[in-house]
Amino acid sequence: MNSAVETIPGEPPHAHHWTSVNAYHGAKLGMWLFLATEILLFSVLFTSFAIYRFLYLGEFHSASLQLDWRMGATNTAVLIISSFTAALAMDAAQHGNNKRVRNLLLFTVACGGIFLVVKYFEYSHKYDIGLFPGRTCPEVHADAASGHGDSHHGESDHGAKADHGGGHHQEFCWPTGDNALGLSDAQKEMLVSNNYKMYFGLYYCMTGLHALHVIIGMAVLSWVCLLASRGRFSEKYYTPVELGALYWHLVDLIWIYLFPLLYLVD
Amino acid sequence: MSSHADTHGDGHDELGHILPFSTYRNVLIGLLVLTVLTVVVAKVDTFDFGTLNIVIAMIIASIKASIVALYFMHLKYEDKITWLYVFFPLLLLALMMGLIFIDNPLRRDDRPVEIHDPLAQQLEALQ
Repeated sequence: MNSAVETIPGEPPHAHHWTSVNAYHGAKLGMWLFLATEILLFSVLFTSFAIYRFLYLGEFHSASLQLDWRMGATNTAVLIISSFTAALAMDAAQHGNNKRVRNLLLFTVACGGIFLVVKYFEYSHKYDIGLFPGRTCPEVHADAASGHGDSHHGESDHGAKADHGGGHHQEFCWPTGDNALGLSDAQKEMLVSNNYKMYFGLYYCMTGLHALHVIIGMAVLSWVCLLASRGRFSEKYYTPVELGALYWHLVDLIWIYLFPLLYLVD
Repeated sequence: MSSHADTHGDGHDELGHILPFSTYRNVLIGLLVLTVLTVVVAKVDTFDFGTLNIVIAMIIASIKASIVALYFMHLKYEDKITWLYVFFPLLLLALMMGLIFIDNPLRRDDRPVEIHDPLAQQLEALQ
């Protein structure tokens, strides 16, 4: 915001040739345009997901069973409730109740925090059993390779080492961790299958980008919360609350589609 | 303020619409009920509709998304240009998805990688 524009608590900051109503509607329209680009951003990922789900239906089904739908459902409820409180915060701002805006936004941001904590547990579990991209992987490959007689550069090498390093020569593969979690053969096989990688690659892209949006949303709402605690909003001026809430609702909207697609649909 | 409003003539003579608390509350209840419904339809075996499962899940998700947009985001009270902004990306998404649904079933036999589903096989063996 332009520092030349004077900010008086409760009064909208805007240049003199603009009315506050003009500025409000312009800002809101701009926000909706931005949200449109966000929809397009996620559309690409949803489209990729549709293509590969079509191609590898069985693998996608099995891979989705590796996710804990209870955690997904918890996060869905958390985001819906936080969206509700964000809407109430905007309503409170429309009534000029700064204190209520602050409290409701604090609650909303806390819900975002809960969402991220649950997400952390989900990600770390997958990390533990090796469902993540980008590391060269140990014994699973040896197991999977033993039947194939693949000898990309292994034949002349000696024994176990050849099995480990040379079996499947892939630049991108799924490790198995320390195997303390007692992976079944099927799960091990899943870890080296390219088609499962496709599922988890998309899973990380979609939920990762969404989590990034949650973090940005939390930052934006924290800032709005700070403004509210300074008594900046009134019946005449609550644009930041509304735009921040709009962004948060979009984050909720995306998750409403991600949850059934990734966790539930078989 | 009203003297400025006269020059617009496009309904922009006031700030946003104020909704009663009951609207927000009802939307919240509706969203939570629909979330439970999604889980039940997906996880309880008596509601297995085969390939229709994903269609049902997406319809429920779209109902949820619609009421979030209409009431939480006040889209219901926005003007036509905002609706255009919302529907243009959705139109593009529908176009992409539609072409995939036309294209993919016709090229299933061309795919280079065989369907290989060890987990499903294991489940089958157990049953």
